[in-house]
Amino acid sequence: MAPPLELEVNAQKYPVHSDPDTRLLTVLRDELGLTGTKYGCGEGQCGACTVLIGGSPRRSCQVLLGEVVQPVTTIEGLEKDGHLHPVQQAFLDLDAFQCAYCTSGMILSSVALLAQKPHPSPTEIVQFMQGNICRCGTYPRIVDAIQRAAKSLEKQPR
Amino acid sequence: MSILANKFAHQSEPERYEFRETPLHRFGLDRRDFFKFFGAGIMVFAAAKNSVAMQESGGGRQNHAEDLPKEITAWLHIGEDGSVTAFTGKVEIGQNIRTSLAQSVADELRVPFESVRMVMGDTQLTPFDMGTFGSRTTPTMAPQLRRVAAAARDLLLQAAAKEWNTTPEKLLAVNAKITDPSSGRSTTYADVARGKTLAQSIPDEDPMTPASEWTIAGKSLPKVDGRAFVTGRHQYTSDLRPAGLLYGKVLRPPSFGATMTSCDVSAAQKLPGAVLVHDGDFVGAAAPSESEADEAIAAIRAEWKETPQPSSSELFSYLKRNVETSERSELTQSGSIEDGLAHAAQRLDSAYTVAYIAHAPLEPRAAVAEWKDGKLTVWTGTQRPFATRDNLAEAFHLSKENVRVIVPDTGSAYGGKHTPDAALEAARLARAAGKPVKIVWAREEEFTWAYFRPAGVIEIRSGVAADGALTAWEFHNYNSGAAGIGTPYTVPNQHIEFHPVRSPLRQGSYRGLAATANHFARESHMDDLAHAARMDPLDFRLKNISDPRLRDVFQAAAKSFGWPAKKTKPGQGFGIGGGIEKGGYVATCVEISTDDARGAIRLVRVVTAFDCGAIVNPDGLRNQIIGANIMGLGGALFEAMTFDGGRISNARFSRYRVPRFRDVPDMEIVLVDRKDIPSAGAGETPLVGLAPAIGNAIFDATGVRRTTLPLAPRA
Repeated sequence: MAPPLELEVNAQKYPVHSDPDTRLLTVLRDELGLTGTKYGCGEGQCGACTVLIGGSPRRSCQVLLGEVVQPVTTIEGLEKDGHLHPVQQAFLDLDAFQCAYCTSGMILSSVALLAQKPHPSPTEIVQFMQGNICRCGTYPRIVDAIQRAAKSLEKQPR
Repeated sequence: MSILANKFAHQSEPERYEFRETPLHRFGLDRRDFFKFFGAGIMVFAAAKNSVAMQESGGGRQNHAEDLPKEITAWLHIGEDGSVTAFTGKVEIGQNIRTSLAQSVADELRVPFESVRMVMGDTQLTPFDMGTFGSRTTPTMAPQLRRVAAAARDLLLQAAAKEWNTTPEKLLAVNAKITDPSSGRSTTYADVARGKTLAQSIPDEDPMTPASEWTIAGKSLPKVDGRAFVTGRHQYTSDLRPAGLLYGKVLRPPSFGATMTSCDVSAAQKLPGAVLVHDGDFVGAAAPSESEADEAIAAIRAEWKETPQPSSSELFSYLKRNVETSERSELTQSGSIEDGLAHAAQRLDSAYTVAYIAHAPLEPRAAVAEWKDGKLTVWTGTQRPFATRDNLAEAFHLSKENVRVIVPDTGSAYGGKHTPDAALEAARLARAAGKPVKIVWAREEEFTWAYFRPAGVIEIRSGVAADGALTAWEFHNYNSGAAGIGTPYTVPNQHIEFHPVRSPLRQGSYRGLAATANHFARESHMDDLAHAARMDPLDFRLKNISDPRLRDVFQAAAKSFGWPAKKTKPGQGFGIGGGIEKGGYVATCVEISTDDARGAIRLVRVVTAFDCGAIVNPDGLRNQIIGANIMGLGGALFEAMTFDGGRISNARFSRYRVPRFRDVPDMEIVLVDRKDIPSAGAGETPLVGLAPAIGNAIFDATGVRRTTLPLAPRA
């Protein structure tokens, strides 16, 4: 058996035994037990499996373990010392979900957007988030939540 | 045994044609067991029949008088610490009933909202329930829970009155406390419940707090467990990982109707860690990882005999040719169509079609099954936990008591999670493996082997008098279903008939059921009749409406929208549509724009007015209506399954377009809160006015009537 690879997830280093050509999504969920990242389609079309790799949003179903060199952030890594990330707080405050299966991916895409563009317009939000599906149709509230999070990040940058 | 051999024998699910709920329950636990399970305190059961009996157990004697009533629909427990737990067989699938039901309980019991916990959809812990569908939770389950909460409150008041040597009528119950205004004495629910094992069952008809006096219900409270969802901590079925878990996969036929002629699993069996099951026409594998399970399935050598299957290009002529003659049609009739047409100034005759569409819940069908000591536990995202338990008991020859189905809050369903497929598959593999097995359908399996919203053909023949009054209404629906088939307009001569058809695809329930198709056809046709009668489409509807609530929502939507609207740019169009379904009243006005060069249609603005009686949670209701409009615009504009040779050709999100951020129009929701009318459900009906309103707006913009759903498949 090959020696384990090392994967940094949410500022923690994990030895990983999965094959290097295993999808990152599978490694996160099945080996590391980080099930907040969801399977939705397996072809990078729905965004439910979105994680940050080196701060960039990536579809973890389209990334192989062996390709990952930079640190990974999943939904489990956003809360700090019991405080929700402003994007999580905004989703919660505005009830920007129904079944919430898409929520992890939506929140991580939103975090990536706000890192690139601290004050996105509604049009820019729609453009950036186009790859994330919410079948329940909570899109308008997600747009509002991103704008609300932008305001609170302005007050207390992370 | 061949548990899956008959899986597709009944192509049409019974829920295709609406359900009537019959709350019946045979409950095995007696009262003493119940307190053992949930701890001491106060317990109230809602019985479906009159069997009022107040009993004090005095330390848990057991006799026949203490048996629970046999027909129970809901129950509630107040623990010695004052914690309140309410039990219902309904399930949370994103429609927000965990929150709205807790609001109703807190409201009626007079306790803080935060102190109420809902236990839902667990066949061992909750009362029998037919299933979560048909917008039945708010009109039926909320009142049941209110009744048990009211009875619990009375029980607490009686106990306090006894202690204080007064009468319950002189006491007040507020905020989980009982006070005696005359003496100033006060006690908490927890103190009253402590050390007691009080149980009461109540009849169905106890009086409840009227909506005008609600304090917790009627408010926009945030979703229960919201924090678990935004942190990724909530565990859906597909997230569960019990110790020793194996991952299961099922071998699917290459096409619909294909039968297996040979199957060799020997190579697959040699793979380390893989467990193969070949049982009847079920072939599946379980392995320590998903990729190993995939490898095992890939190593199976199977031969299939395929049979000719109709394709989507010939679907509608196929449906008309294949009317099920052994099943009776559903017909309602009054007057004479020929008389009505004879008295008409204008006559119209038109046909409409609707495509098969997919639910595409973002969490695919999933189940985790575990066998222990001959007992089976299955966690699964289903809308029908008790039916799933019964299916499992039947398939594995178990008594129902030995099967437990638990439904974690689920990643949506929209009517798509009624069948037990994933649960049966996981249980069959787990039994062979001797370990827990998880099945999560791949997206392609979801799009292929689940079931679809029925396609259909609708034909309408109608007549209207010179003054705009309808004289005749003949309506035939082939296959898509009978929900919402009756017209809400006043017509003296009617013939309305639903014709069952041998569906080429597996079909079943869907959010709104056939009400979407029937409203699309009816409201499109009404628009054409309005033009034939040279009347404004709103005025024409109002002339033919007698129900004041329907009139009110049409007028409310029109007012907010600014109907009739003046066109200010090329390609602009306005449309209106609405109706009554499942006790809810909806009217929808839309603005669209067409790009003549590309034929693309864009939904620009939507105003939806909705009346579902007394509103339990306004913000939750808005969320549902926004979601219904967005989901509805997919089926209205572009969603359709395409298939050929028994294969779905667009079984992926890259080929089956669903609404995304860019498709969202400006939206305004007008809530008509009728505190004087019992609450109806709201998850489905807001959707039904949208498709016809869009079709009517396209006609307004282009002068061309589109009679197909989806209206603009290449948009």
